[in-house]
Amino acid sequence: MSYTFQFGVIAQYQNEILAGIWMTIKLSVASIILGCAAGIVLASVRSMKPGIGRILVDAYVEIIRNTPFLVQLFIVYFGLPGMGFRVSAVTAALIGMTINLAAYSTEIIRAGIESIHKSQIEAGEALGFTKLQIYRHVIIMPAIAKVYPALCSQFVLMMLASSVCSAISTNELAASAAFIESQSYRSFEIYIVVTLIYLALALTLRGVLALAGLWLFGRRVARRTATALPEVTA
Amino acid sequence: MILRTFGFSEFGFLLSALLWTVVLTIIALSGGGVVGFLIALARTSTQKWLRIAAATYIQIIQGIPVLMILFLSYYGLSLAGLQLPPLVAAGASMTIYASGYLAEIWRGCIQSVPKPQWEASESLAMTRAQQYRYVILPQALRISLPSTVGFAVQVVKNTSITSIIGFVELARAGQLINNATFQPFRVFIAVAMLYFVVCYPLSQLSRWLERRLHARSHH
Amino acid sequence: MPEVIIENVHKSFGSVEVLKGVSLTVEPGEVIALIGRSGSGKSTLLRCINGLEKINSGRIEIAGHTVSADPKQLRELRRDVGIVFQSYNLFPHLSVGENIMLAPKIVKNIGKVQTRETAEKVLQLVGLSEKFDAYPDELSGGQQQRVAIARSLAMQPKVMLFDEVTSALDPELTEEVLNVMEQLARDGMTMILVTHEMSFARRVATKTIFMHQGKIWEEGPSKQLFGDPQTPELRQFVKSDVK
Ligand SMILES: Nc1ncnc2c1ncn2[C@@H]1O[C@H](COP(=O)(O)OP(=O)(O)OP(=O)(O)O)[C@@H](O)[C@H]1O
Ligand SMILES: [Mg+2]
Repeated sequence: MSYTFQFGVIAQYQNEILAGIWMTIKLSVASIILGCAAGIVLASVRSMKPGIGRILVDAYVEIIRNTPFLVQLFIVYFGLPGMGFRVSAVTAALIGMTINLAAYSTEIIRAGIESIHKSQIEAGEALGFTKLQIYRHVIIMPAIAKVYPALCSQFVLMMLASSVCSAISTNELAASAAFIESQSYRSFEIYIVVTLIYLALALTLRGVLALAGLWLFGRRVARRTATALPEVTA
Repeated sequence: MILRTFGFSEFGFLLSALLWTVVLTIIALSGGGVVGFLIALARTSTQKWLRIAAATYIQIIQGIPVLMILFLSYYGLSLAGLQLPPLVAAGASMTIYASGYLAEIWRGCIQSVPKPQWEASESLAMTRAQQYRYVILPQALRISLPSTVGFAVQVVKNTSITSIIGFVELARAGQLINNATFQPFRVFIAVAMLYFVVCYPLSQLSRWLERRLHARSHH
Repeated sequence: MPEVIIENVHKSFGSVEVLKGVSLTVEPGEVIALIGRSGSGKSTLLRCINGLEKINSGRIEIAGHTVSADPKQLRELRRDVGIVFQSYNLFPHLSVGENIMLAPKIVKNIGKVQTRETAEKVLQLVGLSEKFDAYPDELSGGQQQRVAIARSLAMQPKVMLFDEVTSALDPELTEEVLNVMEQLARDGMTMILVTHEMSFARRVATKTIFMHQGKIWEEGPSKQLFGDPQTPELRQFVKSDVK
């Protein structure tokens, strides 16, 4: 073992790393906002009376949740151009991440909605709320509060999974690592450093989400979020 | 290069690659199962430093991308002077990945066995090992089935990431065929369908187990 | 020689002192009833006796063992001291027979034939011979509690501890469990029981102890204690129970 670690080399690639981090953050934040919004809409459709809407949403959720994110990216990036939609690697990444996260969010929020008791809705009606008010204050917000920790875990998983976008040449953090590796041949060092950056990003994201939970739903939900690890459900 | 179209022989190639996806999944679940089980035990140990070490391991594995685990084991192993086939690097990293998640799933299951079960068995003069072996783990096992099967779906899907270091499983096979046929939409839809065929039944099984568990514990 | 010696035991949870110097001796074959208001420390005392809770100071000896923090010594002690809880705590994944045979088999390394014999004997004692192959969730609460008693008895303990074993049961089911305990007492088992069944304590216990605020407030032969309470606290307690 004559290998000597040289972390110093990496310092000169600071800009590449920062650019990669920035892209990872942008993609994650955008897909979290879009995916979560889509999840709320789809879960609402899902919770209505049985019908074509429910069938379509279920099919979408099942298809996305039972196929790999990487293959979804391939279809978006390599497959869509054949159908006349040419997209950049970054757009493809954003589309792929949003589609993926929307499916998981739908499933998580659906579970939240199902856990809301009928009696609460009736109580809302008794208080003279309009349908929309009931929907917002009695169903959606309490549902999200309930599943907020699971939702956040999914967000963190998505941020980590965004590293896979390097395979379609999206220039996010993992791609920066690959680039620097090809230039410096300091493979192990660069991947150690980038791994630690991901770890820091994950912890930060979890912290930020816990704060958001505190602001949105109060203390109890926030505490559960801070300690919750990514939940793995099928 | 000869351009081919996506036909039977290509589909056959995908099927044989699917076999490697399954092999890798089995390696990940058995290797990760053993390591994850030990870490779950450490996580629920009476020894504080063991608990902290296990919790740290879990936090780290769940806080970094699978892709980075893959690169680190790939380059780490070659640094150690081992020129190993991609299967070994892929198997090793999938094992590490699965262990971090299984440990956490199983910790939850062990801790969801009610505390009085510990007290009752302790009061019958059992050793801690006997308590685990005869009282706690059999109950935890039942509770763990739905989420463990659910996690297996994640593993199947995440084995696709090993294609990035050149291991020829289903996703990589799709890329190879696409390079030869230039029919990306068809090829990757076919690839997705094959993943779906494996994952969907597992997801349904997980759900069924979950329902059964709840039905049992509610009456 | 006494079967149980408790000497000046103190126990705190955090900064709250729950046992404030409890002393007690129990002769072989004696039946001790512990009574007192909720939170007076009855369960805690019982759990200290078999080492489920660690005492802060004092000394406990039982069936020839000293309660210590050493796991090995504690296991020796627990072979000779059975405990039954309010919530039965049967092992739900094992049948009644397996519940009873498990500890003798793995802790005492007693052979299959003999553990089975013992299991059948103790099951008969609690009147549930026909339930050998049933699972806990197929039994009523009273039946489960009797199985829990049988499970303890199968270890052939010298002392039995009972913590409000009938509190979760309906009156009819309470009766069947109390009958088992009375039978045990008649057979000469040394017992310490926490109970809210005053008439049972009065009838079966050789001695009753009234705990109040972490101390033994009053003690004496059961009939005397109930018939002529000395302290206002016990008088109050006995009166409120009659209501
Ligand atoms: N594990 C614990 N941690 C902190 N405090 C405890 C614990 N166990 C018991 N206590 C406290 O110790 C006091 C005595 O509790 P204990 O259970 O011994 O009372 P008890 O006499 O058995 O009451 P009850 O009739 O309600 O069963 C109570 O104030 C209780 O809150
Ligand atoms: Mg009590």
